[in-house]
Amino acid sequence: MVEFNFRVGGEAGQGIQTIGYILAKTLARGNMHVHASQDYESRIRGGHNFFHIRVSENPVYGTSEKVDLLIALNRETVDLHTKALTEKGVAVFDGEKTKIEKRDPSQFDVPFERLAVETSGNKIFANTVATGAALSLVKYDFDILSEVLTEIFRAKSKQVAEDNVKAAEAGYRYTEENFKGEVACELKPVEGPRRILINGNEAVALGAMAAGCKFMSGYPMTPSTGILQYMMNKSSDFNLVVEQAEDEIAALNMAIGASFTGVRAMTATSGGGFSLMVEAFSLAGMTETPVVVVLGQRPGPSTGFPTRTEQGELEFVIHTSHGEFARAILAPRDAEDAFYLMNKAFNIAERYQIPVVVLTDEYLADSYWTVDRFDFSKIVIDRGELLSEEEASKIKDYVRHKFTESGVSPRALPGYPGVLVVTDSDEHTEDGHITESAEIRVKMVQKRVWKTKGLEKEMVPLSYGPEKAGTVFLGWGSTYGAIREAVDLLNEEGFEVRMLHFNALWPFPTDAVIDALKGSEKRVMIESNATSQLARVLRAETGIQMTNKILRYDGRPITSNYIIQAFKMEVRA
Amino acid sequence: MVTLKDYQGGETAWCPGCGNFGILTAVKKALVELEISPHEVLMVSGIGQAGKLPHYMKCNLFNGLHGRTLPVATAAKLANHRLHVFAVGGDGDGYGEGGNHLIHTIRRNIGVKYLVHNNQIYGLTKGQASPTSDLGFVTKSTPRGVVSTPLNPIALALALGASFVARSFSGDVPHLVQMIKEAVNHRGFALIDILQPCVIFNHLNTFSWYRERVYKLGEGDYDATDGLAAFKKAQEWGERIPIGVFYKEERPALEELFPAIEDVPLVKQKIESRQFEKLIEEFM
Repeated sequence: MVEFNFRVGGEAGQGIQTIGYILAKTLARGNMHVHASQDYESRIRGGHNFFHIRVSENPVYGTSEKVDLLIALNRETVDLHTKALTEKGVAVFDGEKTKIEKRDPSQFDVPFERLAVETSGNKIFANTVATGAALSLVKYDFDILSEVLTEIFRAKSKQVAEDNVKAAEAGYRYTEENFKGEVACELKPVEGPRRILINGNEAVALGAMAAGCKFMSGYPMTPSTGILQYMMNKSSDFNLVVEQAEDEIAALNMAIGASFTGVRAMTATSGGGFSLMVEAFSLAGMTETPVVVVLGQRPGPSTGFPTRTEQGELEFVIHTSHGEFARAILAPRDAEDAFYLMNKAFNIAERYQIPVVVLTDEYLADSYWTVDRFDFSKIVIDRGELLSEEEASKIKDYVRHKFTESGVSPRALPGYPGVLVVTDSDEHTEDGHITESAEIRVKMVQKRVWKTKGLEKEMVPLSYGPEKAGTVFLGWGSTYGAIREAVDLLNEEGFEVRMLHFNALWPFPTDAVIDALKGSEKRVMIESNATSQLARVLRAETGIQMTNKILRYDGRPITSNYIIQAFKMEVRA
Repeated sequence: MVTLKDYQGGETAWCPGCGNFGILTAVKKALVELEISPHEVLMVSGIGQAGKLPHYMKCNLFNGLHGRTLPVATAAKLANHRLHVFAVGGDGDGYGEGGNHLIHTIRRNIGVKYLVHNNQIYGLTKGQASPTSDLGFVTKSTPRGVVSTPLNPIALALALGASFVARSFSGDVPHLVQMIKEAVNHRGFALIDILQPCVIFNHLNTFSWYRERVYKLGEGDYDATDGLAAFKKAQEWGERIPIGVFYKEERPALEELFPAIEDVPLVKQKIESRQFEKLIEEFM
């Protein structure tokens, strides 16, 4: 088995996400590698949504355009996705409901609703019937599905769980008896470690919590709402304070207030919300308050394409806010990377007392990956120059913004006896009070701008593929999986291609990039935006030009196939 | 013992005769009388002449953005509820730029004490109308006089269900001291709207203008637990201006409602990364 692709499609409100998640979880339970992505519209009912699941015995890094098994919950899904079916691809649907008459070998009619009513007494179980039918088509172990359904639905009630299992079984058995065609391959659980199935938002939230974030304030905005919600749900059990703010301005000001008082704090938003946070972002810079902002990118400008993906905010976050001050920008590759990178984000924020942006996007936020269990022993909490009450009490005449060689000042917290912590959004003296002094101004600017010196050495991009390859694919953030797969596939075809991928972008690792691009003949920047923002940043910071660009800005994720086609048509030519 | 000397700050940059001086005196006096030490106080101030107040005394200070004092103060209180957290700003800061935060901070009933220096004019930007400028008032930004209805902070707060709403006058320091002390002892959010003459840009609402008009609630048979009466009282403005506690209600403050900080302040809780390891099971 190389790989197998499921696609579940239907209207918003039909439960696509639930079926998709159950399928993905059931396959992951069989120790297979799973990647699942979502395509949905900005509406609660109607329209067309789909959930794509790619499964393999080998690691899968990104999504695919191919469909081996289409689970269609409405007629439109059949119309839209039949062309994506592979040679042995099959579409399964409820003929009675969708009124699809045509019966060719690639189509299989299962009366989802009728079976649901017959076995579990309610048509709401039709989706579960479909799930059973789908897994029956690939001859997957029914017991695993039964186990997953029970786990997921027993939270509602034992009865609901049992009804779901019965419905799934009806779909499974009906298919066993009636399907006479052929599917691309069968799927069987494999030996090997059980992995977790997690999406980008969950990994960000869990990573933040493990990194010691205790305060989260946010205003719901796609695609980052899941982070706020996940942390909110865990707040009582794990002593977090999570507050839904009245707007994004309040959200970041709150995170800054909590951090100034001494707890690790964050907010999460999208581009529109971040635009409202811009002034507070500079407040964090001026007051040297550590804070982490997760920016889940979606296509702009303005409200844009609310439920789709883009990497359009890189230059925005590099230049965000009035005035000049240091910041750091990270961009996770996938869910696994997101978990560990949140730790890095909080450590950098406190070590340098700066705002840190973690750039994700809708594709990363909503997509699921199977990854090895997160290794909590790798989590290191480095709070930098944060003083304990005892340490602070030993300092005579403590001042918050003391000039130091590194530019980072020891940080006491309000409430420490004998110490006063004073800071100001106005230009200030070392003790945090307003000043008009030109001399202090110059020293303070230097402190705020250059205190991250040396941090660029921790921002090393990832090199992958044959070292001597003359063609280099460059990219950042969530395009990692697609670029990596494209590199593998092209090398298999005899092309010599390597990858240079960034999950940390600022301060820009100039020397490392110049070094990594030595000897390169073709440099191909691959980004989900229209203007190739990283190409521009890279040229500004290193003087190196890209020779080619592969860009996508239709709101859909870049895939390995997209890259390979563009490479063959444009780059190679 | 805490003394006024503990709160003694440096030189001020306010204009001579400014109404802010009375507020500074009252704040320090109230804190001393409450026996609160400077290190237990966190002032979060905004931008405008009012925002400078904490610079002229001694306490922890976060002098943030114009209009954004309340979110910072709210989160600071949640991060360390043992601190006495004050928000300090002017009428432009709190009733203009920060209006949305005022609305939602009142809803939250967070234990932050909010001092609004209300001089009905923009001082730091030199004389434009503020949200509380009286109708017809000619300012640099309203050459034909103010035409928008002045914002009534007392009525606004009452309408939103604020648990402590008071007004005081910077020309009556003992009264203001009393209001601040009551606010500090109140459970939850407290708004004190402080009438504060701007001696440079507001030649309408002067010290003597206010002095002729203000009278104290509570000297008669006013009941500060009657919300409807308070709302009616809040409409009084012009010939006679009531000062004092308009309304007061006992109910839990926001910081009492988070299980995470029931006992130990958030900032005192250790980071324990490994406790989250059990959440991994949800994803298996």
